[in-house]
Amino acid sequence: MAAQEKKRIRDTTSDRIFNIVIHTILIIFLILVIYPVYFVLIASVSDPTYVNSGDFLLYPKGFTLLGYQRVFQDDRIWVGYGNTLIYTVLGTILGILANILAGYALSRHDLPGRNIVMALFVFTMYFGGGMIPFYIIINNMNMVNTRALMVILGSVSVYNIIIVRSFFVSTIPLELQEAAFIDGCTNQRFFISIVLPLSKAIVAVIALYTAVGYWNSYFNALIFLTDTSKFPLQLYLREILLTAKTADASNITDPAAARKLETMVEVVKYGVIVVSTLPILCVYPFIQKYFVKGVMIGAIKG
Amino acid sequence: MSFPKTAASPAAPAQQSKSNLQKTLKLMKRNYILYLFLLPAAVYLVLYHYAPMYGIQLAFKDYIPAKGIWGSPWVGMKWFNTFFSSPRFWVLLKNTVVISLYSLAASFPTPVILALIINNVGNNKLRRFSQTVTYIPHFISVVVLVGMISVFFSPRSGFVNTIIQFFGAEPIYFMGEPQYFRHMYVWSGVWQSTGWGSIIYLAALAGVGPELHEAAIIDGASRLKRIWHIDLPAIMPTMVILLIMNCGQVMNVGFEKIYLMQNSLNQVYSEVISTYTYKIGLLQAEYSYSTAIGLFNNVINFIILIAVNKIAGKLSGSSLW
Repeated sequence: MAAQEKKRIRDTTSDRIFNIVIHTILIIFLILVIYPVYFVLIASVSDPTYVNSGDFLLYPKGFTLLGYQRVFQDDRIWVGYGNTLIYTVLGTILGILANILAGYALSRHDLPGRNIVMALFVFTMYFGGGMIPFYIIINNMNMVNTRALMVILGSVSVYNIIIVRSFFVSTIPLELQEAAFIDGCTNQRFFISIVLPLSKAIVAVIALYTAVGYWNSYFNALIFLTDTSKFPLQLYLREILLTAKTADASNITDPAAARKLETMVEVVKYGVIVVSTLPILCVYPFIQKYFVKGVMIGAIKG
Repeated sequence: MSFPKTAASPAAPAQQSKSNLQKTLKLMKRNYILYLFLLPAAVYLVLYHYAPMYGIQLAFKDYIPAKGIWGSPWVGMKWFNTFFSSPRFWVLLKNTVVISLYSLAASFPTPVILALIINNVGNNKLRRFSQTVTYIPHFISVVVLVGMISVFFSPRSGFVNTIIQFFGAEPIYFMGEPQYFRHMYVWSGVWQSTGWGSIIYLAALAGVGPELHEAAIIDGASRLKRIWHIDLPAIMPTMVILLIMNCGQVMNVGFEKIYLMQNSLNQVYSEVISTYTYKIGLLQAEYSYSTAIGLFNNVINFIILIAVNKIAGKLSGSSLW
C-alpha cells in the first residue's frame, strides 16, 4: 500500500493523463461488451409491444415472462437441446480420450517417428480437401444424416493435441519416467498410475474447449443433416433467429391470434438467445481459469 | 536419454548407424503401446482430413456419382478456366480479400491494445473484472451472435436505431444495405474476439520482470515510453506468430458467419469464395466445379502462409517451423 502511495506521488502530469485515457478507453470498451448482453436480458422480459418498437434502453418496460412461456412451449427448443446435449456429452468424451492419448504419445521424446506424425497432424490445420470432397467422402461412408457423425465430427482437434503435448512436456519430468522404467514399470502402467493423476487440469481444459465447440457448432449439422429430429439447438436457433420461422404461424387461421403471435416474434428471439446461451455463461465464471490455462499452455509452443 | 553412453565410443560410421537403427527398433518395440495411443486421433484425421484430400482430384475431373471419384473422366483444367473467365471470379476474389484484410487489420491490433491497457490498470479488482467481462463474447455461438446483430440493428426494434433516432437521424437498415456489410462483419468480430485474444498477450506481459520497469522509472521514463520500450518488445514474438497464423487464414474468411449474415440485399459485398462454393456445390450439385474453386482457395491460402512464415522468419527470427 505504502509503495503504491509513493509511486502515485512520483507520477508526472503526462502519466496522470495517460492513466485517465486508458481508464476511459477501458470503461467504454467494457460498456460496449456488457450492454448488448444486458439489453438481451431486459428485452427478453419486456412487453412484446415495446420490444417491437424498441422503446426502452436501460431497464425492462412492462415486465412479463410471456416471451419465455412461448420459448418453452416451442418443441424445437427441447428437441434441439436434447440433441445438442447428446452430441456434446458423447463428443466430449471421445475428444478427451483421443486428444489426451495422442498428445501424451507425441510428448514422449523416446517415441521414434513422433516428428513425422506431428507434421502429418499439423498439416491438416493448414490444408484441406475443401467442402465438397469432404461431403462426398462422408456420403460414401454412408454417414450423412446420422447422429454418429454429429458425435464424431469435432472430437479430435490438432490444436488441442498440441496443447496436451506442451502440457505433458512441461509437467512430466524425464527423470520420473526413467526412474519408473528402471523399476520395471510398463508404459500402460506409467500412463495410468502416474500421468493421469497429474493431468486433471489438462483434462478439464480439453473437456471445456471441446464441449464449447460442440455446443456452438452448426456448420456440420447444416451440411449433413436433413432430418429435423436430429437437429442440434444451433440449427433451430438459426431458424428462429434468422429465418424467423415461427413454430405454428402457418396453421393458425384466426387473424387475431395470428397477429398476437406476430407481435411475439421479436421477444421470443431475445428469450431464445438467453435460454441457449445462459448455461455456458452461468458456469463460465467458475471455470474461467481452465479456459485461460488452456490458452497459456498453448502459447508456450505453438 | 537412456543408459550407458559408454558403448557409443568412436566407432565406424556404418556400425554406429546400425546401432542407431537397433536402438530405434528397440524403442519402437518398448513403446509400441504409444502407437496405439495415437491410433484414434490418426484414424480420425485420415478419415475426415486426408480422405477428403483424395477427393481433390475431382477438381480435374467431371464427377459422375455412379462412377465414383476414381472412375470419373479427367477434364484437365476445364473447371479452373471456367472459374477464371467467369465474371463472378473477380467479385468473389475482391470480396474475400477485402473482408479478410479489413478483418485482420481491425482484429489483430485490438487485443494487443486491450492487453496493454489492462496490464497498466493499477487496481487489481478492476483488472480481474475487465478480464472476466471481455472474455464472455467468445462463448457466444455464431448463430446467436448473428441473431443478436440482426435484432440490435433492426430498423424498427433494434436499440442501435433507437439511439440514432434519439439524435434525430433517420433509422438505417444496416443488414439490408450492402455498404454496411463489411463493417458489421468486422466489428462484430472485434467485439467477440478482442477479450479472448488478449489473454495470450497478458500472459506474455506477466512474464516481464518488474526490475525492468523499476530501472526505467528511475531513469525517468514515462508510462508511454515504458510500454513502447519494454512491454511491446516483450510481446513481439507472440504477435509475429499470431500474425503468421492469421495470414494463413486470409482466404478462409469464416464461412459460418458470413453465410448467416448474408441476405439477398447485401450479396453484392457478402458473397465470398467459401459461400459460393457451398451454394454451387451442395445446393446446385456442381461438385467438380465447386471442388476446383475450393482447391484454388486452399492453394492460395497455403502459399500465403508459407510466404509470410518465411518473411517473418527472416525479419524477426520467429516462425512457425
